[in-house]
Amino acid sequence: MQKEAAIREPLILGDKTYHQITEDVCAPVEGKANKWWFISFSIAVVVALWGLGCITYTIGRGIGTWGLNTTVDWAWDITNFVWWVGIGHAGTLISAVLLLFRQKWRMAINRSAEAMTIFAVMMAALFPGIHMGRIWMAYWVFPLPNQFGSLWVNFNSPLLWDVFAISTYFSVSLVFWYIGLIPDFATIRDRAVKPVAKMAYGVLSFGWTGNAKAWIRFEEVSLVLAGLATPLVFSVHSIVSMDFATSVIPGWHTTIFPPYFVAGAIFSGFAMVQTLLLIARKVLHLEAYITVKHAEYMNIVIVITGSMVGVAYLSELFISWYSGVEYEAYAFLNRATGPYWWAYWSMMTCNVITPQLFWFKKIRTSLIASFILSIFVNIGMWFERFVIIVTSLHRDFLPSSWSMFHPTFVDIGIFLGTIGIFFTLFLLFSRFFPVLALNELKSILKSSGENYKKKQSHE
Amino acid sequence: MSKAIYALYDDDEVMVDGAKTILSNDIRIKDVYSPFPIHGLENVLGIKWTRLAITSFMYGITGLTLALLGIWFFMIDDWPMNIGGKPSMDLYQNIPAFIPVTFEFTVLCAAHGMAITYLIRNWTLPGLPARNPHPRTTDDHFAIEIAHDENTGKSTDEIRAILQGTNPVEIFEK
Repeated sequence: MQKEAAIREPLILGDKTYHQITEDVCAPVEGKANKWWFISFSIAVVVALWGLGCITYTIGRGIGTWGLNTTVDWAWDITNFVWWVGIGHAGTLISAVLLLFRQKWRMAINRSAEAMTIFAVMMAALFPGIHMGRIWMAYWVFPLPNQFGSLWVNFNSPLLWDVFAISTYFSVSLVFWYIGLIPDFATIRDRAVKPVAKMAYGVLSFGWTGNAKAWIRFEEVSLVLAGLATPLVFSVHSIVSMDFATSVIPGWHTTIFPPYFVAGAIFSGFAMVQTLLLIARKVLHLEAYITVKHAEYMNIVIVITGSMVGVAYLSELFISWYSGVEYEAYAFLNRATGPYWWAYWSMMTCNVITPQLFWFKKIRTSLIASFILSIFVNIGMWFERFVIIVTSLHRDFLPSSWSMFHPTFVDIGIFLGTIGIFFTLFLLFSRFFPVLALNELKSILKSSGENYKKKQSHE
Repeated sequence: MSKAIYALYDDDEVMVDGAKTILSNDIRIKDVYSPFPIHGLENVLGIKWTRLAITSFMYGITGLTLALLGIWFFMIDDWPMNIGGKPSMDLYQNIPAFIPVTFEFTVLCAAHGMAITYLIRNWTLPGLPARNPHPRTTDDHFAIEIAHDENTGKSTDEIRAILQGTNPVEIFEK
């Protein structure tokens, strides 16, 4: 058995046994939902329906219902797309990169972080889909044999790279998540009393047996999938950044974009995981598994990636002056002092300044402070994308074309709607799926459980 | 007549020690069912490591080849287009722009190919019935399975006596 240093803080608190872990994790699935769940679920569904209404309106009337104009022809929807994709980066990062680094603390958070990833990527994919205008022709993004002469998609274009990156990322994350879920579904299946639940979890668990060879294969598949998903995570947001970086718009045309976008994605993704899990641990009574130490680890990732983003902002500013390109210099001056100064400074405050508070151990280990600061990061990262996209476009090369972007109620409705759909899916997940990787957690109980660590130090 | 005899344990270390005792008494263990992966168990039982990683590599190579072949056909052979002056008559010269899709498709094939192989090899597919010997082997119990037809030299009572000495919580036949 693996031993762990006694001074390392335990990852599972209290006097837990293998059976107790099963009980604790299965409780939300087997019990009845409390009134808070129903209240938040109802709100989420109403917001989701409002969003779906706005989407239907857009599809029925056309993109003219949005606030776009000929100068700012890409704004709110692509901001939301990049924001959601960024959030979708934490899940696979946690389960893949932290698995490769053998970080045991990932086990308490990887399941819900991956669920968050999958739902976030679904929300992201929605935006380019509806921005096409004729969503029923969305399959044209794939290289399919056709009668147009034959006309193929353009493999030189970052927009097509994005199609491949997002669909690969989504499907691989989904498979990675589901392979981890199979043994846990089997646990619920074997405990289920009601016939409907027994049948449903029986189907979901694919007849998992848990024999020795199956576990060997499970571990190998997890490791190799983690190895494949790690470069995938980095590629996806690099490619998203190339949607901008390969164009010739001042403010977009920079080589710093791929690493800067990836750092920002991890930053925003961890913030969203923090937001969700700090609520989930309370509502689902998982305080013994998602501990203050877990929150602290995530805050450390947030402060590191936040600092990387900060350095990127400052290098961008410096280079815009140092390059001597007047268009580039103007784009950045306009960001900070132009009509969208409030968006720029919200971004700077929420992404660069407030996360630095996590250098203080008191703040890093305070759950309330973590929650508030994670919301700041979520807001800041939305503004980052808004600033990059809108401020670079609204001052065209021709001053006669200069204009402003004002979102319509449809723009805002669709954005809020995706938040509603996201929370609807996440709340359903927390009700019907095991929110912690319970079988993996059992494998670290003896090395990282509080009671076992105490026993060890007394030996 | 039952097919196999099972010893159920409530601790992984007791189970692994039990497995060692059973094997040292010349009894063959058919399988072990556990709620989580137990590291080092494969050495005790003499199970060969899985070759799934190799299959993943092979699926990946297939994906790489298919992607390059497809892109060559779409962009070079069937309908070359001048896009931003990029070379369109030759795959080799235009390859930097094709790397991202090639990479994504390689990962796609490697990951899904391996995942499908994994599910089939484990025989875990939608709708298959649960086949673990005891419902608690997915919760907190560990079962050692000893098949009668692998241990024809020993009587059931002899096996039971040895199993009894390894501190199981329950012995049952199925």
